[in-house]
Amino acid sequence: MTSQSSTPSSLTSKLRRLDLGGAVVGLRFLGATAGFVLGEGEIVLVDAEETRVEAHKGAVLSVAGDDRRLLTGGDDGRVVATTADGAMQALFEQKGRWIDQVAAGADGTVAFSAGKTAHFLPVKGERKSHDFPSTVGGLAFAPKGTRLAVAHYGGVSLWFPNAQAKPEFLEWKGSHRGVLWSPDMRFVVTTMQEAALHGWRLADGGHMRMSGYPSRVTSMAFTAGGKFLATSGSSEAILWPFASKEGPMGKQPSMLAPRDVRVSSVAAHPRDEVVACGYEDGLVLMVRISDGAEILLRAPDGAPVTALAWRGDGGALGIGTESGAAGLIAF
Amino acid sequence: MPEAASSKIPVTVLTGYLGAGKTTLLNRILSEPHGKKFAVVVNEFGEIGIDNDLVVGADEEVFEMNNGCICCTVRGDLIRIIDGLLRRKNDFDGIIIETTGLADPAPVAQTFFVDETVGAKTALDAVVTVADAKWLKDRLKDAPEAKSQIAFADVILLNKTDLVTETELKDVEMRIRAINPFARIHHTQRSEIAIDKVLGQGAFDLDRITAIDPDFLEGGHRHFHDEDMRSYSFATDKPLDPDKFFPWIQELTQREGANILRSKGILAFKDDADRFVFQGVHMILDGDHQRPWRADEAKVSRIVFIGRQLDAAALEKGFLSCVA
Ligand SMILES: [Zn+2]
Repeated sequence: MTSQSSTPSSLTSKLRRLDLGGAVVGLRFLGATAGFVLGEGEIVLVDAEETRVEAHKGAVLSVAGDDRRLLTGGDDGRVVATTADGAMQALFEQKGRWIDQVAAGADGTVAFSAGKTAHFLPVKGERKSHDFPSTVGGLAFAPKGTRLAVAHYGGVSLWFPNAQAKPEFLEWKGSHRGVLWSPDMRFVVTTMQEAALHGWRLADGGHMRMSGYPSRVTSMAFTAGGKFLATSGSSEAILWPFASKEGPMGKQPSMLAPRDVRVSSVAAHPRDEVVACGYEDGLVLMVRISDGAEILLRAPDGAPVTALAWRGDGGALGIGTESGAAGLIAF
Repeated sequence: MPEAASSKIPVTVLTGYLGAGKTTLLNRILSEPHGKKFAVVVNEFGEIGIDNDLVVGADEEVFEMNNGCICCTVRGDLIRIIDGLLRRKNDFDGIIIETTGLADPAPVAQTFFVDETVGAKTALDAVVTVADAKWLKDRLKDAPEAKSQIAFADVILLNKTDLVTETELKDVEMRIRAINPFARIHHTQRSEIAIDKVLGQGAFDLDRITAIDPDFLEGGHRHFHDEDMRSYSFATDKPLDPDKFFPWIQELTQREGANILRSKGILAFKDDADRFVFQGVHMILDGDHQRPWRADEAKVSRIVFIGRQLDAAALEKGFLSCVA
């Protein structure tokens, strides 16, 4: 099916181009400052100026954060928190280990993992650790409270670091990599090694199998209010409907912004029902979910889009690519 | 796309039963003055005698794909490690993966075909197995892992040859050949070997499948017909029908994939000027048109399976039924 719209409108003239000199592996806004994380250990903080800091000696393996701090885990065994002014603090260090996953919780709590072991760092008090049956593939705090979803082989464990109880286990065969809670905490969804997502309805443990992708899903985000789960992995943005209590089962996903290259990154606008879609050729579109209207934000340059993030107020979008060509666009 | 293939980072898998000399070989590769830098994935820390800040510990975590099949296994930890290593890809020229003595090489190899990111940026170069000339025969009897490691190998170092007689050496080599007629076998002592005989083999590169000439030693086949792990080779000079061959090989590998460790073929299709080559690991097949048949080349289709408990007569009948 071809797009019915006439020539898509374009805002590419508003794009501020940045050449960061290394592959972007993560991106978050710290207030008005965009923090671009490069694979080889540097963080570039961009507002009116560009500030470059070296957070890790080695590769950055995972990126998370809130609107104040950028959290990174590296193959140097460190978990580092970086603020908009470029100040860095090592929250943890274990030589010879890789920090595979990091996650940011409400009120400044932090979680991270090295191999099978997940750690929870409260703002005050003792670090808590737990060994899972296999390597932690994904780590996510519930939107409220201190429960963690920990993805590994064979399913997801829901871990209360402050409780003695054994983590609750949600089983599904295969390797689970990314993990995400729905904003209403009714669902937990994972990206799998196979080209599929798996979800659990927490109320009754019901399974949700979301498949049909031509490649592995590496990027997913719930849209404002949690009505849809937007995902990469196909040559259009696939949006699964999550508004009803049942979740997406038995319903068709919406497919937006179809092209002949795959979507490599998605980011949901924090307020409006709009998603940003980055493709494997470097093109970035902004799409309105209600009618599929598209606005071109970045023309293709051949390098896959590896990171997209909205500013907290939704007034700007950051774009990172594998080649290090990046951009900022304010609306 | 030879250009794309050559830009991929080569990966060498080192296997071998405990005590065969695998770590000695690894230390040799790392210490030779070849000017190359390797990332090394090991399972036991502390055995590497060379300073190398790119040594990563692995957990050998094997998981089954969610397709209900027992042979479709993948090393999940390797996907994670290689993803991580690729973020510093300018730092090294190749990756060497050392497996434990008890490891089955298949999940390691399959990882490079199953994961898209890993497969796009790295290429499996060869499975290198170090075998103990004195003890291999015993291990083949009592350790199924040792048998898989021989069956899977592209290169075999028959090591510690100074500890056996000429006759014993011939005998163990025949046993190896009965299982795996293709691997390049090198006789070594203390794992001493030129590095270019181990690295840069291109064993999984379709462009480098030149000929399939099983090196069956005289009598080897007959003598060890009771081996449960062996190779099966079939050939025909009649052109094949692709519409018969592809459904057959697909159905065969789906059904018998767990028992077929490796497969390889060079095929001549009817009305097709090109050689078609393929190779497979259990159920995973990789094939393509390679180059035109040369005028001086016999257009013979040849196919080989290394596996266990395969029905040779049925395989041959199936293959020959693909004749156009
Ligand atoms: Zn299988």
